[in-house]
Amino acid sequence: MRRLMMTSASLALIIGAAACTSTPPPEPEVVEVEQPAPPPPPPPPVEVVEVEPAEPIPNGPVEGSVADFQVNVGDRVYFDLDQYRLSADAQSVLQRQAAWLSSYPDVNILVAGNCDERGTREYNLALGERRASVVKDYLVDLGVDPARIQTVSYGKERPIAIGSDEQAWAQNRNGFTQILSGAVG
Amino acid sequence: MIKRLCTALFVGLAFTISHAAAQLEVTLNPTNFEPTPVAIPTFEAIGVDPAIAEEISEIVRNDLLSTGLFTITPESAHIQKDVNIEVAPRFADWKIIKSDALVVGSVESVVRDGNELLRGSVRLWDVYGEELMRFEDESGRQVSGRRFLTNPEDLRRIAHKISDAIYTRLTGETGYFDTRIVYIAETGPKDRRTKRLAIMDADGANVQYLTSGRFTVLTPRFSPEAQQITYMSYENQMPRVYLYDLRRGRQEVLGNFQNMTFAPRFSRDGGSVLLTQATNGNSDIYIMDLQTRQSRRLTDHPAIDTSPSMSPDGREIVFNSDRGGSPQLYIMNTDGTPRTCPSGGRDVACRITFGAGRYSTPVWSPRGDLIAFTKQARGKFHIGVIGTDGDGERLLTEAYLDEGPDWSPNGRVITFFREAAPGASPGLWSVDLTGRNLRRLPTPTDASDPAWSPLLQ
Repeated sequence: MRRLMMTSASLALIIGAAACTSTPPPEPEVVEVEQPAPPPPPPPPVEVVEVEPAEPIPNGPVEGSVADFQVNVGDRVYFDLDQYRLSADAQSVLQRQAAWLSSYPDVNILVAGNCDERGTREYNLALGERRASVVKDYLVDLGVDPARIQTVSYGKERPIAIGSDEQAWAQNRNGFTQILSGAVG
Repeated sequence: MIKRLCTALFVGLAFTISHAAAQLEVTLNPTNFEPTPVAIPTFEAIGVDPAIAEEISEIVRNDLLSTGLFTITPESAHIQKDVNIEVAPRFADWKIIKSDALVVGSVESVVRDGNELLRGSVRLWDVYGEELMRFEDESGRQVSGRRFLTNPEDLRRIAHKISDAIYTRLTGETGYFDTRIVYIAETGPKDRRTKRLAIMDADGANVQYLTSGRFTVLTPRFSPEAQQITYMSYENQMPRVYLYDLRRGRQEVLGNFQNMTFAPRFSRDGGSVLLTQATNGNSDIYIMDLQTRQSRRLTDHPAIDTSPSMSPDGREIVFNSDRGGSPQLYIMNTDGTPRTCPSGGRDVACRITFGAGRYSTPVWSPRGDLIAFTKQARGKFHIGVIGTDGDGERLLTEAYLDEGPDWSPNGRVITFFREAAPGASPGLWSVDLTGRNLRRLPTPTDASDPAWSPLLQ
């Protein structure tokens, strides 16, 4: 906003001049002075905050999560053709599963027995149930409370590999441990 | 749901019957087999849309053609164009086009109690014997023709009843056209497959879906006596055997089993269901009485015992077991008493398959003399039959996957499902007991696990 006013300095000059001269003081001249623009405000102070870097992206899933179980433990064990015996590889996966389950005692699981497509539906339902049961028994032997383990057989109805070759069949002959509840996250 | 078909005697028509010494008979002997030519001029339409008579005639032709036992003389070759059900045909006109049998029929509209009904009538002529072929009616009486009455929307059933009458008269076997097939309709990718219970007429018409597809269902089987189906469902993540009543459209879990139950099949009298319960890795066979709902355990063996099927007399059960190290077929007495095995010795269960390969899904023929099975050998699957004593194994089919045989109610035809090649769509097929006449049954979707109904009433 623009204001009209005399500065106090010019007013003092006028008064002083009047006191030293006999001539009548001139009518005080009203000078219009344009007020200069106010100085820019000082820059705000640099706010010093505690800069806490975000947690680095973890190298893997959160411990105790479903993803942790899938990635770091392993949720499937594989069987040979028409077999339900646990291989050494399968046993080591199940040992990791048992250890993990003992760390997360609230977790309940469903063990599903699956078969390849080279058998009849009914026989494979029986074989899948036997595979699921073998996995459960092994986990129970390692100390997992049987009340935490449900089993189901899907026979040949739930292939994970949709091909029709030895490689796909080998993948589809498995015991799949699915976390039902109690995982972190 | 199922409308009763009214059957009525064919009466009130006067015919002079000449008795020939030998009548036309279609033999089912597999050697030197020649299909029998049959002429079926389009049935006369009396007070109904000629399209209805045409449709019924065409269904009858297709039914007979589907057996592989007959050829149908093309109508364009017919000389006598004025056949009439009331009048004997000019046999010479049919001999000259080499038709062994002539089917003459009519379709008419009949009003009864204010309702408009459809009536189909048929007579069968032995062309070379120049005589009428009499039918035997349901009470065993000889009649000069057959007549079927029903609601107009059930016209297909009139046609199938006519086909059954002709088939029976010409072959001496009970027919199987007025029947239905229950199966699993499959859609979606292989790793996320939707499997629904479906039912259709045996010729593929009138497909209906009985379950929504939310839960996987498998292995339906028809009661041989009633409008009931038993099957396995994963409803509520609890795989159990169910019973479905087609008249009421209701389903229920069968029994109070603690663990997974599967592989159900009715006893031949329809009064019981055989099934498998898997407990802690061990599958054994049980029988449940449908009246008392009491179940009894039939096998008690640490091996897998499943896929039971009862003999028609109820005394024996054939089942699948790997107690010998690989899946094979075994027979036991229903009462569990030991038997003398064909391979020697006495045991509660006798192995009957010894060929190279794995045998499963045995199904006892309604005639009692044969057992159909699935066999896996050298990377292929087969449907085969074997005598109940383990003799006379015959493989009827071969494919990448042939599985799950079931018998037509007359024991002449076996239906099963096939995946012709790796990754191919599964579909329903049928084959004659002799291995002839392999045919695909049309379904609107991929399909598996077919099972045949009894002959409808």
